[in-house]
Amino acid sequence: MGEADLFDAAPCGYVVLGRGGLIERANAEFLRLVGAAGGDVVGVRTLGSLLSAGGRILLETHLLPMLERAGAVREIALELVRPDGQRVPVLLNASVHDRATQALLVVVLETRDRHRFEDDLLEAKRSAEQAREHAASLAATLQETLIPPNPPTIPHLDIAGVYRPAGSGREVGGDFYDVFQVGPNAWVVALGDVSGKGIPAAVVTSFVRYHVRALAMVHRDPARLLTALDAAMQANATERFCTLVVVRLERLDGQWDLSLALAGHPPGLVRRADGSTYELGVPGTPVGLISEPEFHTVGLPLGDETVVLYTDGVTEARSLEGMYGGDRLAALVASLPAEPSLISEAIARAALAWQSEIASDDIAIVTFAGS
Amino acid sequence: MSSVLTARHQHETMPSRVPVRSSPYDAGVGLASGLNAVVTGPAGAPVLVFLHGFLCGQAMWRHVVPAFEGEYQVLLLDLPCSGDADPVTYDAERHASLQGYADDVLRVLDELGLDDVTIVGHSVSSMIAVLAHVASPSTVSRLVLVAPSARYVDEGDYRGGFTTSEIEELLGVMERNHLGWQGPLSGLVAGEGHDASRAELEDSFCRARPEIAAQFAAVTFRGDNRSDLQRVTAPTLVLQVRDDAIAPLTAGQFVHQHITGSQLQVLETFGHSPHLSDPGDVVAAIRGFLSVPVPS
Repeated sequence: MGEADLFDAAPCGYVVLGRGGLIERANAEFLRLVGAAGGDVVGVRTLGSLLSAGGRILLETHLLPMLERAGAVREIALELVRPDGQRVPVLLNASVHDRATQALLVVVLETRDRHRFEDDLLEAKRSAEQAREHAASLAATLQETLIPPNPPTIPHLDIAGVYRPAGSGREVGGDFYDVFQVGPNAWVVALGDVSGKGIPAAVVTSFVRYHVRALAMVHRDPARLLTALDAAMQANATERFCTLVVVRLERLDGQWDLSLALAGHPPGLVRRADGSTYELGVPGTPVGLISEPEFHTVGLPLGDETVVLYTDGVTEARSLEGMYGGDRLAALVASLPAEPSLISEAIARAALAWQSEIASDDIAIVTFAGS
Repeated sequence: MSSVLTARHQHETMPSRVPVRSSPYDAGVGLASGLNAVVTGPAGAPVLVFLHGFLCGQAMWRHVVPAFEGEYQVLLLDLPCSGDADPVTYDAERHASLQGYADDVLRVLDELGLDDVTIVGHSVSSMIAVLAHVASPSTVSRLVLVAPSARYVDEGDYRGGFTTSEIEELLGVMERNHLGWQGPLSGLVAGEGHDASRAELEDSFCRARPEIAAQFAAVTFRGDNRSDLQRVTAPTLVLQVRDDAIAPLTAGQFVHQHITGSQLQVLETFGHSPHLSDPGDVVAAIRGFLSVPVPS
């Protein structure tokens, strides 16, 4: 076979372009791909004129300038358009053959299957992006349902909650709190931390909140409430567990009577009017974790004390100096005026500042005092 | 570069929305340097500004510029989002129309103290040149429009060469050719044996972030500047290619017919970039046009 025969018999579309992209030679496969006779193409058509409009623009505005400068381009996905309008997806490689005459060698390979595959990939990419956006907005919505933005107004009680999700705040966290009425003069405050993050944790959070609300109607004693909650979680066969603090507040004879129980959770921090602080609560086991749970209720007639409930996102906030810790928290609370909203905010700010403003764990704080 | 990196970091999901007002360019200094503006040629000589077309950078003019640097001050620059332009010079809002680019060109001229200039604009930049002239006729006092089109999409009797759906398709082709490549277009360059060219190209030429390239494509190819043509009062040369798959002769004729007193010169060749394929003819045409004194 002579060289001309090899050119003509090449198993790919093969053309030689002259100045401005004019087709000067075309082999049999190329003519087959474009569905035209040699006489209608060679010396008459530019390569651009045989491409779909998008490819034409890419060729003229990008590929030819790049070829002129760099000498070669490869793996460009384009479409040839046949006289009947049918399209043939191709991959194109091209190189400069002779700079003086601006001659270019161009080969094209038909890629129908690959093209379909790429279409699928592009479609999958688009739907993945949509799904991600959808998931993010779902997580945000779910988050909003799990966190009461503001505790309800309770006569004679000043109460303020703060919640800061970990990291970017896009993922649903495991911390929660809830404040609700259980009788004419009785209220329950629950604050907890479900192990793990994301949707599985959110499901447990939702389960715990629902059951705390339901069980609070039955059990006046927080320790009994926790025992029943533990049984419900054990029965629900989840691998996740939860630490929480449950406080029942009942207004009797112009005085708040407080009872509190812990389930594997940090104790409440009580600030006396003189600024001194102490921890309130008997350690208990997390709910949903072990077969013989233990919970104890402690009582406190609430006078002019302020009570702070928090998750370990506060005390276990880490910096190079170590954990923020209970001592720093107590010192901070002691230094602040006895105003719940101010205390909740100040603790959140301090915990964030301790870890350079990037929360590694969720932070939830509820502070209350009689008013 | 640190400010650029910071801006990118903060706008990870929407890098193209980095506002110029937060960049150093808002202080009224430095847009010229952000766009790599370079002036060569004898001080005090008449000024020729060469504007490249869609995304490819000032190097598009490299075969033409040497012919003018002896007698003219030549200004070259990269438009925002093209070539080596600092990414923060691009503002999705400001550059949502060609006027934003024209304002940038005028600002660079102002920064460099250049006046009474001739703009040679290729392709989309022919309309940027028109808008710059209309906004400030004394600053931009002559126009050379290379392969211009005032509207790429057909409408009624007007023949721009494309249908609306074909322009939509361009965005699809661009997206497909970004698929699987780390950097936009970087995979287009040949492999071994072309390493030097590859490095050079990965720097700049014909590259832009995919989403910005798509925005520029939309602004360019969906635009309609036909009504701006009649506001041109500058001596104008329309330089059209006989067989151009992007800006057909009908588009060049339309531009010529709607700019009063303009000259139309048709280059008997092929392709959309005669300054690359036939630089000698382009040089001769511009020289011929410039040798005609401006009527006072």
